[in-house]
Amino acid sequence: MAEERRQKHCSVVLPTESMKAMAESVGVGQLQEDSCVALSEEVSYRIKEIAQDALKFMHHGKRRKLTTSDIDNALKLKNVEPLYGFQSQEFIPFRFASGGGRELHFYEEKEVDLSDIINTPLPRVPLDVSLKATKEQQKVESTEPLKVVKPGQEEEGTIQGKGQGTTTPDGKGKEKGLIRLKPRSTHELSVEQQLYYKEITEACVGSCEAKRAEALQSIATDPGLYQMLPRFSTFISEGVRVNVVQNNLALLIYLMRMVKALMDNPTLYLEKYLHELIPAVVTCIVSKQLCLRPDVDNHWALRDFAARLMAQSCKTFSTTTNNIQSRITKTFTKSWLDDKTQWTTRYGCIAGLAELGPDVIKTLIIPRLAIEGARIKAVMEGPVISNIDKIGAEHVQSLLLKHCASVIAKLRSPPDNVEQYRTEYGYLGPMLCSHVMKARTQAALQAQQVNRTTLTITQPRPTLSVSQSGLSGSSGPRTPSIIKVPSSLTLMSPRPGTPSQPSPPATKYIVMATSAGAASTQQVITLSSSQSASPVTSTVPSATSTLQPLVKLEPGSGPGLTASRPLQKYIVVSLPSSASSSLETKSSVLPTSISSSSLDGGMKLERSESPGASTQSPH
Amino acid sequence: MAAVQGGMSDADIETDIKTEPSTDGFGNNNANDGRVLSASPGSGSSTGSNKQTAAVTPEDQQTLLAVLQFLKKNKLIESVEILRREAGLPENSLDPKATESAGAGSGGAAGIVDLEGGDVSSLLSRVTGSSSAGAQAPTKAVAEDQPDVRVVLSAYSQQGDPTLYEVYYSDLKKFIETVLDCHRAELSQVFYPLFVHMYLELVYNNHESEAKAFFEKFSGDQECYYEEDLRVLSGLTKKEHMRGNETLLDFRTSKFVLRISRDSYQLLKRHLQERQNNQIWNIIQEHLYIDIFDGMPRSKSQIDAMSGSLAGEAKREANKTKVYYGLLKEPEIELPLDDEDEEAENEEGKPKKKKPKKDSMGSKSKKQDPNAPSQNRIPLPELKDSDKLDKIMYMKEATKRIRLGSDNLPSVCFYTFLNAYQGLTAVDFTDDSSLIAGGFADSTVRVWSVTPKKLRKVKSAADLNLIDKESDDVLERIMDEKTASESKIMYGHSGPVYGISFSPDRNYLLSSSEDGTVRLWSLLTFTCLVAYKGHNYPVWDTQFSPYGYYFVSGGHDRVARLWATDHYQPLRIFSGHLADITCTRFHPNSNYVATGSSDRTIRVWDVLSGNCVRIFTGHKGPIHSLAFSPNGKFLASGATDGRVLLWDIGHGLMMGELKGHTDTIYSLRFSRDGEILASGSMDNTVRLWDVMKAFDDLETDDFTAATGHIHLQDNSQELLLGTYTTKSTPVIHLHFTRRNLLLAAGAFNP
Repeated sequence: MAEERRQKHCSVVLPTESMKAMAESVGVGQLQEDSCVALSEEVSYRIKEIAQDALKFMHHGKRRKLTTSDIDNALKLKNVEPLYGFQSQEFIPFRFASGGGRELHFYEEKEVDLSDIINTPLPRVPLDVSLKATKEQQKVESTEPLKVVKPGQEEEGTIQGKGQGTTTPDGKGKEKGLIRLKPRSTHELSVEQQLYYKEITEACVGSCEAKRAEALQSIATDPGLYQMLPRFSTFISEGVRVNVVQNNLALLIYLMRMVKALMDNPTLYLEKYLHELIPAVVTCIVSKQLCLRPDVDNHWALRDFAARLMAQSCKTFSTTTNNIQSRITKTFTKSWLDDKTQWTTRYGCIAGLAELGPDVIKTLIIPRLAIEGARIKAVMEGPVISNIDKIGAEHVQSLLLKHCASVIAKLRSPPDNVEQYRTEYGYLGPMLCSHVMKARTQAALQAQQVNRTTLTITQPRPTLSVSQSGLSGSSGPRTPSIIKVPSSLTLMSPRPGTPSQPSPPATKYIVMATSAGAASTQQVITLSSSQSASPVTSTVPSATSTLQPLVKLEPGSGPGLTASRPLQKYIVVSLPSSASSSLETKSSVLPTSISSSSLDGGMKLERSESPGASTQSPH
Repeated sequence: MAAVQGGMSDADIETDIKTEPSTDGFGNNNANDGRVLSASPGSGSSTGSNKQTAAVTPEDQQTLLAVLQFLKKNKLIESVEILRREAGLPENSLDPKATESAGAGSGGAAGIVDLEGGDVSSLLSRVTGSSSAGAQAPTKAVAEDQPDVRVVLSAYSQQGDPTLYEVYYSDLKKFIETVLDCHRAELSQVFYPLFVHMYLELVYNNHESEAKAFFEKFSGDQECYYEEDLRVLSGLTKKEHMRGNETLLDFRTSKFVLRISRDSYQLLKRHLQERQNNQIWNIIQEHLYIDIFDGMPRSKSQIDAMSGSLAGEAKREANKTKVYYGLLKEPEIELPLDDEDEEAENEEGKPKKKKPKKDSMGSKSKKQDPNAPSQNRIPLPELKDSDKLDKIMYMKEATKRIRLGSDNLPSVCFYTFLNAYQGLTAVDFTDDSSLIAGGFADSTVRVWSVTPKKLRKVKSAADLNLIDKESDDVLERIMDEKTASESKIMYGHSGPVYGISFSPDRNYLLSSSEDGTVRLWSLLTFTCLVAYKGHNYPVWDTQFSPYGYYFVSGGHDRVARLWATDHYQPLRIFSGHLADITCTRFHPNSNYVATGSSDRTIRVWDVLSGNCVRIFTGHKGPIHSLAFSPNGKFLASGATDGRVLLWDIGHGLMMGELKGHTDTIYSLRFSRDGEILASGSMDNTVRLWDVMKAFDDLETDDFTAATGHIHLQDNSQELLLGTYTTKSTPVIHLHFTRRNLLLAAGAFNP
């Protein structure tokens, strides 16, 4: 071993080419080979000598790195003029050029514009040396664990610290002062920050929707929030914990919108706080009960929304080390497979899985369609046990249809046979079949409208997030809000002012009632473009203006009513034709029937009579 | 050689220093200085031969003749006369030869040449007119422009067949491998010096390729701790390189010292004579000093413990001089016990116990330590009132001192220099731990106050005039409140500051720098008072004497200098190290100075005589830290090899080896009562060692004490009491406060 090393020092000599290159760089042209050899040996020896001396300076400088100043000092020892100001950025300053049979090495000397140098701002003055005392405690229970002990005033108590004679205290707590410089989690917030935090959190959960919109907008765009991130994260997780117990649906929605806004902020990186945020989000997806009146309140939208958040965070933060996605998938699948799971939770699980993408749908959901269909059938056609179960089953059914149809449309080849579907997917077969067929026609339709593709191609997925970050960015006053935003997006997109899209002939709305039998209430309503314009422009959160495009359904009433009389509760899914076409352009990813894609890409506007819930719809 | 020189300079200065330290001996020092500055081996040895005149053996006489001839040739008639008279030689004894050699050109010079080599017989033959030698020498003299180096190198001029070198060496190797185990370890010591000398001979005689082959073949056999030197050697492949190579000069000017038992030596001698292996025998005779002892051959581990230095082990007689390692008697100071009591009574009824304790301490110090030097062996400055106050403070603090031991480890307070950008090169604390000074690579010296008391300058002269000098608080009044700050920067050096030291009275600060100067700074005005010039090369370390007034410095020029603050020339020059002096320390009694060097030896020098009184070998890398134990009996040293060695100064023995650090040890410090040794290293750790146990455990008997053959136990792990890791801060200074709190300092290295 030693031998090898020594041989190395012995034999290393600069190549003669280097000699030539250096000679050339100082203007000596033809150097004889013999001279080169002699020179290279001599130069190698001198360099080694200088390096050895430079090492000496490094040792006395108490450093591990040899610096150029060490070499300068070594040269000085030899009475050689040091290379003052050697500051080449590269290791080898020579440049090589050849041509006409000549090879040339030279220094690259760039022309420097003096005014550039003068005009560049001065670099920051380096910090001055400072002294920091840190006391290494032998005893944990010593009197002043972190106080800087100055020797002049030391007290006996601090010295008496007895070691256990082991090296246990060694690894930790050294250099406490340095640790103190960068504490692990929370900073002390400045007064301004504290005020800001208070305002924001109050606005987010307060009753004024306008304020909330502003607050969420601020969270989503403010670049300086990272110091408050730990507090926001705690606020959300605590808030969810409390409000789930109290079945306060509105507040849960607000909190999820906060999560959404945080995730949308490009300057925040949430990974360190996922341990608080993910449980909160998952709770909102799968909790048995999220509202006081599960038969009336639309907690399904919250589940859908949270599921989308979950999918987004999986996409953003899942790595091979934290395995977020696989862990989440397992959690969902496990409770879905459980027979005793309630319909609400079942819905959440499926929604959560479905949002994770077509691959997950294909491998986890489609194989279970038959089983799930049987279960739904049992509820729908069996004796009525409870209305709640029935509503749940309906929702699960429509959810499954919505997500699976597009995937199946891609999996299967065109001739869609109802019987074949029935044998394969059981109870849900026929309905799937029709959905799949719709998806196909939609896809075909969209394929014709190529010009529309440019509009939404930036839209990775018709989820809430996209609607905010994508197109809606142009409309300043509109603020991100959980339920409403997608509608505004889809309504926005055909806006006449946007140059890329000519104003569409009509906007399609799919209206879906939440009342019993809603599965069959989906409808496509075509409004004139002039009508569609009004909701677009009226982004002011006034309820009246929004009423116009909305189609309400009276519970229990038949589908297809387009009355404009406001009623208790309805869900509006708006789907402008442009949006639907845009969805179809994506159909390579998500082949959809109209209805499924509209659910996917559209929004649900939910209104209920409860004042808390009404505020959540900002229109 | 060194010792001789010291002796010479002494004769002049001793009187000076004894009578009145404040008067200067500039003239003498000047002469001395000049002589040593041109520290060429040639001039040094010639002085040496002057001294040896007392012993007039036939060989010496021949040497003398050669010297006389040289002097005569150089027209130094007066010196010739003096030397001749002293040596008692008849006047005409020289003449015929002299004329003859003068006729042969520079035959005299050739004589000197060989005189240096030490081969007196061959010298004489040449001097006495062997015309061939005479003819050879002048050509050489013309070719070489550096007479001193030529003098040294020409010893290699006699040569054998270059191709046979490998045969000789491997023959010897074979022989040594086949001898009995007990002798093998001892004889193996011969390998390294032989290898080096043979290689150098080959190089000198321009057998470059043979030299390379020889090096490659055998360099792997050498002990790993010679690797540094081998690296230097490996770069050296041409005769021209040898000129001006310091390592080589060291190797040549000093004989490599080996300690070999008589039996082993006889074995070697017999073998070489049987084989007619003259080449090797010549080298052994000329370049090696074999210190033969009677008794059991040493084991491999014993040899390894002591070897590793650039020039072999220390000769036994080098460590025989008596060293007064005891402490000086403390001056009796009447403790104002009343104050003490008042304070103490506040605490509880302790004062009763304290009083008798103090008395016993007092009586102890009254007894004269038999090993202590006499109180006025070297003149020490008188105590000022402020010093007495400080002593009182010290004793008060000492009563509150925590007794440390293996079951009671000190707490450590770490002072981290932030934003030093790798530029912190030296740190020192005042004895009372109230100030910290740092030396930086950007040539600045900074002082921090670590107590609430801020650093203040003295007022300007005009303002001082206005002060009422009779008032009680005049010392307070002279300070300018406006200048109060926690730290002060002092500018003056023009290179990195490598050494720094506070004076015991906290009024001065010393700093040594790459620019070759040692500067004295006032901590009252924060200005430079004196720049001591003498070292022409970087000064690696400097330290104040524990009693103030004197200080020592050492640097790249391989000499340590003793200075007094009021002399701008050094009082003593300690020369003898073969490479840079890397650290210097004063003995607690101020009568001795220890220096550590890159030649991997530690030398202890007598301040009074300037002689080297101890040479400690055993380190395998440049020594970067030294510490005397508070009782003055022991010395600890740390080196780049990460080991701490403990030495008994009185007996000149190695006492222990502490292994554990993985990088250079830059700081060592004994606790105030000497129970614990703290070591700080580049590997970002502070380690605490139970040195009392190390000293107690050592098994010594008369034999080992007499020969210095210590058998060390490998018990570092038992002695290691604690390891304290920093995050990323090399520990470059350690200090125990008067109450035994350990302070450490270093620059954070992100």
